[in-house]
Amino acid sequence: MEQLLNDFLLSKAWYFISARGLTAIVILMSIAAYAVLLERKASAWIQGRVGPNRTNHPLIAWIPFVGTFLQKGGFIQPAADGLKFLFKEDPLPGHVRKTTYILAPIIALAPALLALVMLPFGRLPTGEVITLCPGADIGVLFMFAISSLGVYGIALAGWSANSKYPFLGAVRGSAQLISYELAMGLSVLTVFLATATPDQDNALSLVSMVDAQKGVWNLFYHPVAALVFLICIFAEANRHPFDMPESETDLVGGFHTEYGSFKFGLFFVAEYSHMIIGSSLFIVMFLGGWHFAPGVPTVGDGLIASLFGVAWFFFKLCAFLFFFVWVRWTVPRFRYDQVMRIGWRVLLPVAVLNLIAYFIWYAVKG
Amino acid sequence: MAIKVVERRPLSLAERTYLPQILAGLKVTWDNMMRPAVTLQYPEERPTIPNGYRGVPTLVRDPNGREKCVSCQLCEFVCPPKAIRITPGEIAPTAANAHVEKAPQEFEINMLRCIYCGLCQEVCPEEAIWLQSQYSMTGTNREMMVNNKAKLYELGGTLPDSHYKWDRKKAEAERQAESGH
Repeated sequence: MEQLLNDFLLSKAWYFISARGLTAIVILMSIAAYAVLLERKASAWIQGRVGPNRTNHPLIAWIPFVGTFLQKGGFIQPAADGLKFLFKEDPLPGHVRKTTYILAPIIALAPALLALVMLPFGRLPTGEVITLCPGADIGVLFMFAISSLGVYGIALAGWSANSKYPFLGAVRGSAQLISYELAMGLSVLTVFLATATPDQDNALSLVSMVDAQKGVWNLFYHPVAALVFLICIFAEANRHPFDMPESETDLVGGFHTEYGSFKFGLFFVAEYSHMIIGSSLFIVMFLGGWHFAPGVPTVGDGLIASLFGVAWFFFKLCAFLFFFVWVRWTVPRFRYDQVMRIGWRVLLPVAVLNLIAYFIWYAVKG
Repeated sequence: MAIKVVERRPLSLAERTYLPQILAGLKVTWDNMMRPAVTLQYPEERPTIPNGYRGVPTLVRDPNGREKCVSCQLCEFVCPPKAIRITPGEIAPTAANAHVEKAPQEFEINMLRCIYCGLCQEVCPEEAIWLQSQYSMTGTNREMMVNNKAKLYELGGTLPDSHYKWDRKKAEAERQAESGH
């Protein structure tokens, strides 16, 4: 064991893994930060406002045109928000359970970051897949398993805060996650039923899922599964109209009522990371991953095709995040009992019937 | 009276799935997004002040440059939050407008107390105090928020006058003096 560890630390793999991890965290964090900006801007546009357009740094403001553009677009705002969280006083209320109170934001964020390692972004000209953890063939299982762990952060936060509203938020969050996990799994199963062949090695890999969509995207083969999955990722990410754990109108601030400064910031980033992971999963499974359009897998060839693929994946991700935001500022929040009813009495039967229908279809087709 | 019974039909399947409603809502918000913002970018853009706006109370001069206030102190008495304080003074007998007899020596309006009700303007028999279009009044300490006489005249400026009451009085007095009354 010690020998193994020594070998590992002396080998160059250590640097590569740390560099990859750091890159992933930086990219995910900055996408999350700019998703917050997107949220603020889009909500402003929907409400006839302008949104953040004041924050700037003198050094950036000094650059002609670019500086003004960055200020008007609010592009410096996420940095200011992050720094604000970092420099605020970090209070520890007297009535909380201290260990879990401090642990909860970390437990909320870590799975959100960890689930990203399985995500394939694109393909190199050599055929190698651009991902953080290449060669893993359990992609979708891993992502589901890890991203569901995020609810422990919410549950622990609500419990350790030792106060009514956070506790209610945590209970709601856990119940909601369990309810929607079932329908989500079943809807995904339908898709894997179609793409995987019996003697395939990497049947659950997300890469083979994307490869299967070279021609027609899964969205067109599995519209019902896509709809169920879409609703479920909204619920899993605790987004409107399913933001039960932090329904401000009835639960003050929800599970993070007792949190402030950077601990709250971590919950915030975790929520947006879940959005990013949910969107990426939807893109990989139903919207053809890095493929350009149905029937048109790539544009250009060689390196250009690879770069375009990654950029296109990123574009799809941004569009999907915008959709998340757009829905949030359109649809009012469901009541808790309505959320449970949709989960158990609508989505689950629909997912099961859909699965059975596909079973029969494949049995008949042979 | 004819009674019209409105049929209460049950929700259709499409309505019960709630999805068409969500799509319609998304269209509404999308249309809103396409509209220009209604925000007034305040420090750069200023609102247009309508006529009759009740802004910061000010003292005004008539077009001849004479201060109109005769320090009758009616505004001080009527002021609900007691924001106005006047120190009355006499006009020197050698002055051109000596016949007015009184003018404020000091006139202070405490803008920390003022509620912009406009009663001072309403009560003033000389039309000397006016709530004009200035809507933003700021200061970094309490002293800065008390407008003294100089500041009040600076803010007020000159307003057109249709009466020239004191000029007419003076002319009348001179006419009567000439005719020997």
